[in-house]
Amino acid sequence: MKDLSTSHLLGIKDLNQNDIEIIFNTADSFKEVINRPIKKVPTLRDVTIANLFFENSTRTKLSFELAQKRLSADIINFSAGSSSVKKGETLIDTANNILSMKVDMLVMRHPNSGAAKFLSEKTNTVIINAGDGTHEHPTQALLDTYSIREKLGNVEGRKVALIGDIKHSRVALSNIFALKKLGAQVMVCGPTTLIPKYINELGVLVENNLEKALKWCDVANMLRIQLERQDIQYFPSLREYTYQFQLNREILNKIQKPITILHPGPVNRGIEITSEIADSEHSLILNQVENGVAIRMAIIYLLAGSINRS
Amino acid sequence: MANRLYIYLLMKSTEILNSLQVSLTIKRLCSQLIENHHTFSKSVLIGLQPNGIYLANRLKTDLQKSINKEVQTGSLDITFFRDDFRRKEKPLIPSVTNIDFSIENKKVILVDDVFFTGRTVRSALDAIMTFGRPSSVEFLTLIERRFVQNIPIKADYIGKSIDTIKEEKVSVLWKEQHGKDQILLNSPILT
Repeated sequence: MKDLSTSHLLGIKDLNQNDIEIIFNTADSFKEVINRPIKKVPTLRDVTIANLFFENSTRTKLSFELAQKRLSADIINFSAGSSSVKKGETLIDTANNILSMKVDMLVMRHPNSGAAKFLSEKTNTVIINAGDGTHEHPTQALLDTYSIREKLGNVEGRKVALIGDIKHSRVALSNIFALKKLGAQVMVCGPTTLIPKYINELGVLVENNLEKALKWCDVANMLRIQLERQDIQYFPSLREYTYQFQLNREILNKIQKPITILHPGPVNRGIEITSEIADSEHSLILNQVENGVAIRMAIIYLLAGSINRS
Repeated sequence: MANRLYIYLLMKSTEILNSLQVSLTIKRLCSQLIENHHTFSKSVLIGLQPNGIYLANRLKTDLQKSINKEVQTGSLDITFFRDDFRRKEKPLIPSVTNIDFSIENKKVILVDDVFFTGRTVRSALDAIMTFGRPSSVEFLTLIERRFVQNIPIKADYIGKSIDTIKEEKVSVLWKEQHGKDQILLNSPILT
């Protein structure tokens, strides 16, 4: 097996199929590690990682922190809300100040698309993108596809539908790239206003009817309506959206086949999915969270080889 | 660099153990193990990935024939416990760890084919402790390279001790992989 072809994780677009397989195989080992009585390995004990979160996050931030701690790395956390960013400091200045404290790796979430790539060009450190605007969220896509591989045995040839707010979702874009690279068929489903205009160029199917999409797919990845990113009204009301696009018992009864259900979180129970379905045996939501730690450990471990201290 | 390449290109192979000798040595190691562990009711074998696995499985088969009881055997990968991470060019891709039984209060026997610097065994000691607290840990090796250990660790069971220099390499060939059991010492020809 070859090495990773990249020294940063900026997006799935930059990875090839071999990279994804290396990450999955390494994650298998880490999944075994985090199920041991002692869940920690000493591998990264001389590595310092800064988590830069310019945007709110619960799951991703906790998951990255836990992954770093289980690898024995030293970590520092930074949240934009309580920092000098409020006093007018630029992104590069903030990053360079942190790097001057001998930090080896940056994990960054930022509201602007391309922020991670920008920083990787302007600084001499390893960057992991934990979500940049509406662009990519590579670790989420890797853990989603890893969870599909774990549940169904493989990703190749599977039919996966991404359902909901595709336009504002970095999870959707990263998932499309990851699923296509692994040989899956991808469909996006949602109101026309929430599907990007040029989505066909990515080689995915488009469907506006939830029932048809569910009949087609093996796996449904339910996405949240990102009201915080919507500058205009994209659909008449949440009630109408729920009526047409909610995953509930009624619609699953109609299609009469088991579907594996993913959700990247946070779940808006009662909007895109009902509580009953979110907690059902077909839902991988909690497996995704567990796999998230293993995937992030694998990525940090593999990229730590690229740290350059000279 | 050029000199080094030149040296490694000129290697000669000497047989340390042939197929029959390997199987006799394994039989003797089994007898020694039975002397100390009797029915293996509280003892387990842990093969170190990647090459200790073959030896551990061979020991398991022979032991089970002799004592007529199951011998619990697992495999341990030590990649994440190595002391040379980031001193190599690229991170190593780990192998599978499979220990599907408890090692708490058990006598653990770590098994590897070649005992060289001792660093693998040191890493394995750290790694095995993450599965619980064994009552004792021993180390078994098929080939011990004498006087070259970097760390004060000794093997409890030794198939054969050989004197080597650092530049030499021991190759262990297993029937399962190469069609026959054979152990070779590859030495550079110094001209």
